[in-house]
Amino acid sequence: MPGDGTAAAPGRVAAEPSAGAAPRAEWPPRLRSALERLGWSIASVGLFVLIWEVCWLVGWADPKLLPPPHIFLGDIPDQARFFNTATRWQIGVNPADGPSPYGAVAITVASTTLRVFAGLAIAAVLSVAVGVAIRYWELFGKLTLPTITLLSPVSPIAWLPVAIFLFGIGNAPAIFMVVIALFFHMVLSTISQIDNVNRNLINVARTMGATRRRVYARVIIPAILPQLLIVLRLNLFASWMVVLVAETTGVGFGLGQVIMLARNTFNPSLVFFTIALIGLLGFTSDWLLRQVQRRVLWWVPENGGVLRGL
Amino acid sequence: MVFDPHRPVSSADAVACRGVGKIWAAGTERAHEALAGIDLDVAAGEFVVLLGPSGCGKSTLLYLIAGLEAPTSGEICFFGDPVERPSPDRSLIFQETSLFPWLSVGQNVAFGLSIRGDPPEARRAAAREALARVGLAAAIDKRPDELSGGMRQRVAVARALAMRPKLLLMDEPFAALDVQTRAKMQDFLLDVLQASGASVLFVTHSIDEAVALADRVVVFTARPGRIKEIVPVPMPRPRDPFAPDCVKLRRLLTEALRSEVDRAFAEQEALAATG
Repeated sequence: MPGDGTAAAPGRVAAEPSAGAAPRAEWPPRLRSALERLGWSIASVGLFVLIWEVCWLVGWADPKLLPPPHIFLGDIPDQARFFNTATRWQIGVNPADGPSPYGAVAITVASTTLRVFAGLAIAAVLSVAVGVAIRYWELFGKLTLPTITLLSPVSPIAWLPVAIFLFGIGNAPAIFMVVIALFFHMVLSTISQIDNVNRNLINVARTMGATRRRVYARVIIPAILPQLLIVLRLNLFASWMVVLVAETTGVGFGLGQVIMLARNTFNPSLVFFTIALIGLLGFTSDWLLRQVQRRVLWWVPENGGVLRGL
Repeated sequence: MVFDPHRPVSSADAVACRGVGKIWAAGTERAHEALAGIDLDVAAGEFVVLLGPSGCGKSTLLYLIAGLEAPTSGEICFFGDPVERPSPDRSLIFQETSLFPWLSVGQNVAFGLSIRGDPPEARRAAAREALARVGLAAAIDKRPDELSGGMRQRVAVARALAMRPKLLLMDEPFAALDVQTRAKMQDFLLDVLQASGASVLFVTHSIDEAVALADRVVVFTARPGRIKEIVPVPMPRPRDPFAPDCVKLRRLLTEALRSEVDRAFAEQEALAATG
């Protein structure tokens, strides 16, 4: 985690251009802007941490309730003890049989991440397919669109009991929650993207002899991909939120379960430690999706709207 | 050429419109008549410019001839056959960039050929040839967003020509370009067309453009669009815009158009007063 010392580093380089000028001139501009962005990210987090630590120092933040970063990040092995992935509820399994604390942290993080991405992938494929089908087959659209619109404002939390009724415990209900949280919005978003495709592009394809099917395959789908990927990136955060809610109930283990455990055992340090982990994971997964966007959608200028700051 | 609206449709004519009308949103309270009673023939190889105030239905006529929309009344024939759907024989070029941003310049030019099912090598060769004709052979692997506005329109022309169309429909193709680029593009278009032998229907609201390009200028009235006047331009090209004949023609077209623009303004004012 960034401390105050690293946060000050980019500022110092900028303040002394003469010292850093020679090597910096040879850096490719892309790397330079990436480093600059990284520098500001570190500075931003560093400032936040600094304020928190000062609040603790002058006694405004009670370390029992709002432990500052140096406390909840100071003893990682101690925190890792709570990430118990042993199948405790199974008869005949000794809690000591579980993996090592660090192994348990890795398993917990990996299983939550997997649920997020599995849900995201299923939701993306399903909702784009349904959205395109709604516009492609008019009858299908008339039959499904009102229901989808009706269900889209329902909070994913309301689906939690349904997830448990249908899928019991384990990975399935958590993935179902992510899918259900994203599906309706992404269908509506797909439809609105389709309706906003530049008419000229469609008309060019039609005058070139493209059939309706070809227009969808060759013009409409490539035209809506960039916006959809941005929607996916926005929804990535939503799925991180939903998966935690799902994991607080019957999933067994996962970051949400750890937060719930921390709540039940009054362990603020563990809460903040897990929050830091989730933040880091969300940041990393957004960065990964952005790399995908750069590779796959090379024709789109690289500024992800609201997410540009990340 | 004297035009007789009752002349039978000839299969030698690229386009024959008989009593063509279009009402948008027909049957609703937002219905408005864009075109009414259009009779127009375009001969093979002829360059016809449609000139009129904005919103007078010129573009609508192009869409109808392209087959992208169906007329509410009347009939449109293309070399004697009624127009029912879009066809690669009638290529449309738009005002704004209509290149697919996810395809390279070469793939854009070859788009129609790939829809037709040509093999990849033949497509690339045809794209290279079409791009060479518009002077952009070197840009074949570039992306559309790496080109200037004028270059993008040249690529759009190359894409249309690659299909070897018999008719080019151009909807204010150079309106978004600056004046100097536009003049260059007009010269270039005439050069390219001479080689292709295609007929052209060219929509513009620029009198200078009409004078520089047209074999005949069709002046439109506004709301609904009707043909007010058809002015033949029997001068050889390239034309000197300051030659006496051109100046005379410009004056004639300016006056024909001014009364239309005045009428359109008066109508809008009346509409604003009642609304």
